[in-house]
Amino acid sequence: MDRFVYLTFDGLSRGAVFAAFALALVLIWRATRIVNFAQGAMAVATAYAGFSVSSATGSYWLGFAVAIVTGLALGAVTERVVMRFVDHSSHLNGVVVALGLVLVIQGGLGMIYGNEYRPAAAPFSRDAFTVGGVALLSRFDLFVFAAVGAVCVLLALLFTRTAVGLRMRAAAFAPDVARLLGVHVGGMLTLGWALAAGVGSLAGMLVLPTELGLHPNAMDVVFVSAFTAAVVGGLDSAPGSVAGGLVVGLIVSYVSGYLGATVAPIAVLVLLVVVLLGRPGGLFSRGKARTV
Amino acid sequence: MKRLLPLLMVVTLAAACSDSGGGGSSSGTPGVTDSEILVGTHMPLTGPAAAGYSKIAPASKAYFDFVNAAGGVHGRKITYKIMDDTYNPATTQQVVRELVLQDKVFAILNGLGTPTHTGVLDFLKTNRVPDLFVASGSRSWDQPDKYPGTFGFNVDYTVEGKILGTYIKNEQAGKKVCFLGQDDDFGRDALAGYEKILGPVAAKQSYVTSNPNVGPQMGALKQAGCQVVALATVPGFTALSLGTAAKIGFKPQFVVSQVGADLTTLSKQLGPAAALTEGLVSANYLPLATDTANPWIQLFKKAHDQYNPGAEFDNNTVYGMSVAYLFVQSLLAAGQDLTRDGLIGAVEKGGFQGPGLVPLRFSADDHSGYGGEQLSRVQGGKQAYFGTAYETDSEDGPVNAYTSAPAAPPANGIPAAS
Amino acid sequence: MALRLTKPRRVTGVWALAGVTLILVLTLTLPPFRTYQLATVGAYLCVTAGLTVLTGLNGQLSLGHGALMATGAYTFALCCNAGWPLTLAFAAAVLLTTAAGAVIGLAAARLRGPYLAGLTLAVAVVVPAITSTFDGTFNSDQGLPVALEPPPATVTVEQWQAWLAWGGALITMLLLTLVIRGRFGRELRAVRDDETAARLAGVSVARTQVLAFVISAACAGLGGALFAVLSQSVSPGAFPLSLSLFLVMAVVIGGLGRLAGAVWGAVLLVALPALAHSVTDGIEVQRLEGNLPLALFGLTLVAVMLAAPGGIAAIRIPRRRKA
Repeated sequence: MDRFVYLTFDGLSRGAVFAAFALALVLIWRATRIVNFAQGAMAVATAYAGFSVSSATGSYWLGFAVAIVTGLALGAVTERVVMRFVDHSSHLNGVVVALGLVLVIQGGLGMIYGNEYRPAAAPFSRDAFTVGGVALLSRFDLFVFAAVGAVCVLLALLFTRTAVGLRMRAAAFAPDVARLLGVHVGGMLTLGWALAAGVGSLAGMLVLPTELGLHPNAMDVVFVSAFTAAVVGGLDSAPGSVAGGLVVGLIVSYVSGYLGATVAPIAVLVLLVVVLLGRPGGLFSRGKARTV
Repeated sequence: MKRLLPLLMVVTLAAACSDSGGGGSSSGTPGVTDSEILVGTHMPLTGPAAAGYSKIAPASKAYFDFVNAAGGVHGRKITYKIMDDTYNPATTQQVVRELVLQDKVFAILNGLGTPTHTGVLDFLKTNRVPDLFVASGSRSWDQPDKYPGTFGFNVDYTVEGKILGTYIKNEQAGKKVCFLGQDDDFGRDALAGYEKILGPVAAKQSYVTSNPNVGPQMGALKQAGCQVVALATVPGFTALSLGTAAKIGFKPQFVVSQVGADLTTLSKQLGPAAALTEGLVSANYLPLATDTANPWIQLFKKAHDQYNPGAEFDNNTVYGMSVAYLFVQSLLAAGQDLTRDGLIGAVEKGGFQGPGLVPLRFSADDHSGYGGEQLSRVQGGKQAYFGTAYETDSEDGPVNAYTSAPAAPPANGIPAAS
Repeated sequence: MALRLTKPRRVTGVWALAGVTLILVLTLTLPPFRTYQLATVGAYLCVTAGLTVLTGLNGQLSLGHGALMATGAYTFALCCNAGWPLTLAFAAAVLLTTAAGAVIGLAAARLRGPYLAGLTLAVAVVVPAITSTFDGTFNSDQGLPVALEPPPATVTVEQWQAWLAWGGALITMLLLTLVIRGRFGRELRAVRDDETAARLAGVSVARTQVLAFVISAACAGLGGALFAVLSQSVSPGAFPLSLSLFLVMAVVIGGLGRLAGAVWGAVLLVALPALAHSVTDGIEVQRLEGNLPLALFGLTLVAVMLAAPGGIAAIRIPRRRKA
């Protein structure tokens, strides 16, 4: 029983970081209808900036703020300078350009910082509170939960309660109609990219301290897990991606704990197949939009 | 026309590149001229596996430049061509073929990685290319009958496991010993070494590099009541294991394989949590980069400052320079009239005195590298050797103390012809 | 109408003959390493051609073709090591991968867009897990050697590899050309363009999609087996997620609409990294090694995609419009 409790909490804290990053993927999907494959690499780039500032000034929170602001800027710049000029008649063009950007960013980071791991500090203790000899969650885990919850609520408010959110969704779903209705579609896309990259940077700052550290490829594996989480939950739903993240985290933890770490990817694949065969739009999808 | 274009492009590309193949040789040996020896290697310079390892080949190159500046080997300068394979075996295939077939290198030196290098063994054998000092502790390189041109360098993981196991048996007697290893032959061979000395371990866990979380594994070891945890981990996962153990309040004695115990790398990765390495026991067969009193370190530092400035000087640098030193020794021993068979014969003759704490085992029927290690411990934030060095084999042979003092480097830093 | 039916057939025959001649001439004149690169292009072409049919003509995205290649490669390796003749080993590799493709295709037919991408992505990353879980058969990360029969005496290894690879590639191209020309090709495109309209026209959408997946899986299996021939070894590290992503990039950049795009894609997969590396050769600055070619490679991809959104095969030399 102790083991089960321990693995549950380990899975939850792991799942929370997946959820954080999955939220960034959901945001960009809702705002632009694309999956940004460069999201992970962009988050790493801004985390490098953040941790450079942190180590230069000694202030974690200054670096944290720098990372998020850099993220917002990088997202806006990427949309304005690159993505805007991508031909969107095939959604794959955007995917390929994003993958190209991944290589540029990773090569660039390697040139500037080298392909070595650098420490990614956590703002709070990572020592877990222990109850009855079983390690549960650390202060940092609680911080991650709080941040994920806050982002989730803010996103829900943005998309359902504000005019900007509505315009963003309109611009993403039906750009031509939105334009006719007076929505500044280009601006909305830029805003969507900026916000998504900002959330991605936040997620990067939450993920990296729990992993091997800063490295140009540090988010590759996280991206896969987070994308899986977002798909399990449904890309249109922020709560869905949080649920997806936690489910993926728990499955990986249980399977690693009871069956061995090697089996975990197989379990994740099985989870995806089961969920998607039952609900092709993810757990939190709202039924089919169109049936024939 | 539009379908012909790609084909035309193949032709032009091929034609444009085909005349670049060269390395013309006067002696009839590929990659060797009167003034140059061309040698190649494959290393991960980019990608997740590049951490630490990407510093090895530039260090070797720096030592070659040091030797070249003093006139080279038998009047020939060594050119070292480093190819990035990102630790992907398919890319290794490509770059090694480019080195051998296109650049016509004389030999492949210090190719890194077990899965990557395993795939090119047959190709190198077919083309009779010397394959020296493979950078991995796998036992596959020591098969003189099957791969006569391939030689190892690192202590193999089983020998290391036996030596670290002996330490546990003597110094941590009666404690509950557990094991966490990478889920490949690194982990398996290391565990085999430990179990040869200690018998079955109390609990064993494995990890995969694609899942950077060892929470479940560490939790299991804690629950099993382990007092000593032996790690067969790469540096990133050593740091992760130490961090995770601290997180859940688990404080065993860690005993770590040499490949994952470089204190510089670990401290950098752990950052503010670097103190977690205190007390960590490991072993190595080369002098430690931080031991500035060691004459070999002084020599390597000198070459490093001169020819690899700006890069960090750590154990990876020492490793790369030691490989280069041994290669220069081998070339010298092979004589003025350099041939591939001559080089292989010279390495098999053995008897090299270098920076190693234990002798290299090279002979006609032993192509493995170093045969032992000395234990080290992190104390007061510094990693230092203690006790004597040990030698053993990867089978059931005894673990013996090796007490001869290591050789001193030559005054000018360049090995003399024997 | 009769003319339209026979002319393409004849043209295809001419192209096939030209291809065979060209490969023969190239393999007999090129130096060994270029021949090896040529062989690699051939092996890639099998996969990119199949992927062009799946993604370009049928509109289904697969991020998991690297795993299908691994299926073919491992099957081929196990059969060769069991002493099977080459042709049987190839056949087994293609058959088993086809079966795997059918399973994935059945699931894929229910999914769209990012959900399909997510599922196939999970397939791509499962390879190392399977080789480690069943390491008795697949020998974990270290992989298996491939015991190939030596080539006929007068032929070099590289020529032999190139002939096998291009033999496979040309057969693949020929068969795919025939398949997509007929009724099935029209159904593929109809499903891609508008599922509802296709369904109304009596096309079974699910059946078409599964078939497309099966065909492209068979091609990937052949390509994987050819990769095992080229490297004489198989290991999970040779089929990473990045391989699957590069394959998608290759077919998009090559041009999704037509099979010629697959040729471009296969050429680029081999030529671009090599070019990026040779352009930066000689620049010996710390940290640039490896990283600069990587960045250049990425930059080229972005630039090509922006300049030629329809892929390279769609580029037309601009003609002055008659006023």
